[in-house]
Amino acid sequence: MTIKRWGVGELTRYIRQLFEIDYRLQDLEVEGEVSNWRAPGASGHVYFTLKDADAQLKCVMWRSDVLNQRSLPQDGDRVIARGHLSVYEAHGQYQLYCRLIQPAGTGDLAAQFEVLKERLQAEGLFAPERKRPLPERMNTIGVVTSPGAAAFQDVLNVLGRRYPLAQVILSPTLVQGDQAPPQIVAALQALNALPGVDVILVVRGGGSLEDLWCFNDERVARAIATSRVPVVSGVGHETDFTLTDFAADVRAPTPSAAAELVTPLTVDDLRGLLRDRRTRTFIMMESVLSSHRRSLQQLSAGLRLLSPLHQITALRQYIDGLTERAVRAVGADLHLRRERLAGTRRALDAMNPANILARGYAVVRDKDGEVLRRAAEVPPGSRIVIRLHEGQLWATVEQQEENNV
Amino acid sequence: MSDEAPTFEQALQELEEVVARLEEGKLVLEESMTLFERGQELVTLCNKALDSAELRIEKVRSTADETYEVIPFEEPEDG
Repeated sequence: MTIKRWGVGELTRYIRQLFEIDYRLQDLEVEGEVSNWRAPGASGHVYFTLKDADAQLKCVMWRSDVLNQRSLPQDGDRVIARGHLSVYEAHGQYQLYCRLIQPAGTGDLAAQFEVLKERLQAEGLFAPERKRPLPERMNTIGVVTSPGAAAFQDVLNVLGRRYPLAQVILSPTLVQGDQAPPQIVAALQALNALPGVDVILVVRGGGSLEDLWCFNDERVARAIATSRVPVVSGVGHETDFTLTDFAADVRAPTPSAAAELVTPLTVDDLRGLLRDRRTRTFIMMESVLSSHRRSLQQLSAGLRLLSPLHQITALRQYIDGLTERAVRAVGADLHLRRERLAGTRRALDAMNPANILARGYAVVRDKDGEVLRRAAEVPPGSRIVIRLHEGQLWATVEQQEENNV
Repeated sequence: MSDEAPTFEQALQELEEVVARLEEGKLVLEESMTLFERGQELVTLCNKALDSAELRIEKVRSTADETYEVIPFEEPEDG
């Protein structure tokens, strides 16, 4: 049986892999005393040793994590270091790669969070009656975050998609580390000092409790609670709750959700609204027109009643009536006259001498044609003419007698 | 209303007023016609504003005399 012969590098790499396949070593906390704290060169990385009575552990912390530290320990401090364990192959040395170092004495962050939260709550900083409703329309939207943060891009994407009419004013700040809280407070002040800002979003993407710690800072919580402009918080993921969330007027589960909250009406909604308003103006105009049309019809009917044409017709009818009456009246009169004429004629007829003659009387005249009425006027021998009903007689008077027999 | 083109918000608000006045009635025909035409104009205006809207991104920064100014925001080169 032959044994495997390793190269040093090969073996060291293998050992590193052994460390790295053990999940327990990938995220762990170690408590110990800091010693030999040093930050050599310009890199900003920090090297130190953690020790207790029994052993020592080499530690390194990269610059980016150093910058996020709220405070840095000194030699002799008892700390809890969090990070993962691996091997620095060049030195053949296993070490803790620290992401966060916190003082061991003060208890863990979760406990600190609860203490501060209770204190501020008791003070009424998170009271529901302090919460203000968001304005109906938010056109100028202040954003407190880091310009390079993915959260800012998320917010811009959502706003651009839902409501590109908005104006976004970024108030840049760090969103992680010791320096962040005063910057966040200043960023809020800047937006509050500007006129016309409708709402402020305080956003940051997801991270560990430590990453989000600046949003649990008392100064930040107070600045948010006292902001003149309403604040919407969107810090971390849905499951992350920070004091910023409690102090804000509205808490959104994520930065994108915060952006959605401040754009209740999207451009699509607005287009729908416009369509509706347009339809309503058409309906109203149609109704106005038809109502005018109706009154016009009524008026025109009224006008027709009052028209002189109508009067003329009426007069014509009246005249027709009069004519009829006149005709009737004249007709009656004629009839009457005709009757009277006939009567007169009958009376006349009765007096016609011809008729008298017909009854046997005669008219006697002298030779001169004078009608004779008294015998005394006609001596015997006078020639007389006797007119009968038919024809006449020439005669000579023979005897005269003065009295009727 | 000034001669300047109204903003979307102004146009929308005026449109709401126009619709409300039309719905209220009590207008002479000429007023109705004028309002109706104004309403159509405003709808067109609003739609154009929506079509051409692009998110305006700015940045606030403090000045030397401790006031604030708003300047255009430029994408950072590198996070």
